[in-house]
Amino acid sequence: MFVPCGDSAPDLTGFTLLMPAVSVGNVGQLAIDLIISTLNMSKIGYFYTDCLVPMVGNNPYATAEENSTELSINAEVYSLPSRKLVALQLRSIFIKYKSKSFCEKLLSWVKNISCARVIVLSSSHSYHRNDLQLRSTPFRYLLTPSMQKSVQNKIKSLNWEEMEKSPHIPEIDDSELCIRIPGGGITKALYDESCSKEIQMAVLLKFVSEGDNIPDALGLVEYLNEWLQIIKPRLQSDDPTASSLPWKIPSSWRLLFGSGLPPALF
Amino acid sequence: MAATFFGEVVKAPCRAGTEDEEEEEEERTETPEDREVRRQLARKREVRLLQRQTKTSLEVSLLEKYPCSKFIIAIGNNAVAFLSSFVMNSGVWEEVGCAKLWNEWCRTTDTIHLSPTEAFCVFYHLKSNPSVFLCQCSCYIAEDQQYQWLEKVFGSCPRKNMQITILTCRHVTDYKTSESTGSLPSPFLKALKTQNFKDPLCCSLLEQPNIAHDLPAADVMKLDLITVEAFKPILSSRSLKGLVKNISQSTEMLKKLMTTNEIQSNIYT
Repeated sequence: MFVPCGDSAPDLTGFTLLMPAVSVGNVGQLAIDLIISTLNMSKIGYFYTDCLVPMVGNNPYATAEENSTELSINAEVYSLPSRKLVALQLRSIFIKYKSKSFCEKLLSWVKNISCARVIVLSSSHSYHRNDLQLRSTPFRYLLTPSMQKSVQNKIKSLNWEEMEKSPHIPEIDDSELCIRIPGGGITKALYDESCSKEIQMAVLLKFVSEGDNIPDALGLVEYLNEWLQIIKPRLQSDDPTASSLPWKIPSSWRLLFGSGLPPALF
Repeated sequence: MAATFFGEVVKAPCRAGTEDEEEEEEERTETPEDREVRRQLARKREVRLLQRQTKTSLEVSLLEKYPCSKFIIAIGNNAVAFLSSFVMNSGVWEEVGCAKLWNEWCRTTDTIHLSPTEAFCVFYHLKSNPSVFLCQCSCYIAEDQQYQWLEKVFGSCPRKNMQITILTCRHVTDYKTSESTGSLPSPFLKALKTQNFKDPLCCSLLEQPNIAHDLPAADVMKLDLITVEAFKPILSSRSLKGLVKNISQSTEMLKKLMTTNEIQSNIYT
């Protein structure tokens, strides 16, 4: 499934894999875009897969004329070897009945490349929150048992909220409790599979609604940053004229809500 | 969920396409009969390459059977009309195969044979230089069939030293620009190219955030002369040079195609 850019696949042993779930508001994907763009990660390959709707465009992270003409497709892998980070970006939705197959192939690839851990950035429908969730932070995390062993203390020190279990059948009060992530796409499937395959995986998600989800994506990367310290937050005193957000918005985020309006409309 | 003006709560569509829970539920409650129906439907939707002359199907991918140095693909009525009038009209092209597929928009009958009216996706090579291929594709190829189509035509091995040109159309309303799309001088040409393509382009590159997706649907775009003629700058490119001879004759041929395809509206007569 993975096709390297060069002649041979790079060594990703011990790397942290960051990936999105295609989920409500596309928050995970927007967050991965921010990470790739801010860290200026280089493309190391792509997935040749029949599971995602095909798409192609020019470089979504272009900063100048010279680097704007590289083609980009629906599932690409980027890396930053100095920080032992590898990021998978997914840019289209799953073809019907193909998401399970993709999860299997993805986790098989994860095992092959011997990465240290996987962090899935995702989101869930905010309207599904219960009363307690409505009153608390919109961010949640989940860890597979093998991941818990290595990072439990760090996560505890961050005072994060773990994703609560809810009744399997919401209408029936005493139905079995389980993890449900409505609107989370393949998040739950990936999490369940990783638990059974003993893969070190963490899920970071935010409760969101569809709309302008850029602030949600920024919130999610900041949440991830509390743990991984991907970038150091810029202090206000460093440069008063600079934006307080250290995250670089990719050039492809322009016109997210369509073209300009005809002046005659007004 | 969203509340309408009248106070009813409706399920708002999720643009991330996460109807996953329904899909998972479907799979969990699937009976053997359901699975069989799904298998039969998958078989019906399979893409097959046929050779109409011999009434046989191709056992290997098209390009595993035939060597290819140049491949020009037209997807959609306008691109197909352009290649018919300007390229196919200028040389002798021999049919080498035909893709047969069935989906909700492209309902071919489920037999090994393909009638002329069902030949929506035909492959030709140039008699004088058989490594030059052309594909005229005017049918809609669904999401779940696109990868299959690719494998049936190109196989699974990457092919170097082959130049591929793809011609297609999109609605100008899909084009994202800071001005209003109504003010754009349409139709206009845009290109996407791989890094290995070193020849000069006859038009500017497709800027982000614009993308191309699917094997573009042909059925939504009506055939029209102005759109087809917008492809003309490509005639000077290296991929099509030498394949086009008489442009004025081609233009006449195109006009004939237009009249044949015009839908006569008699709503007011």
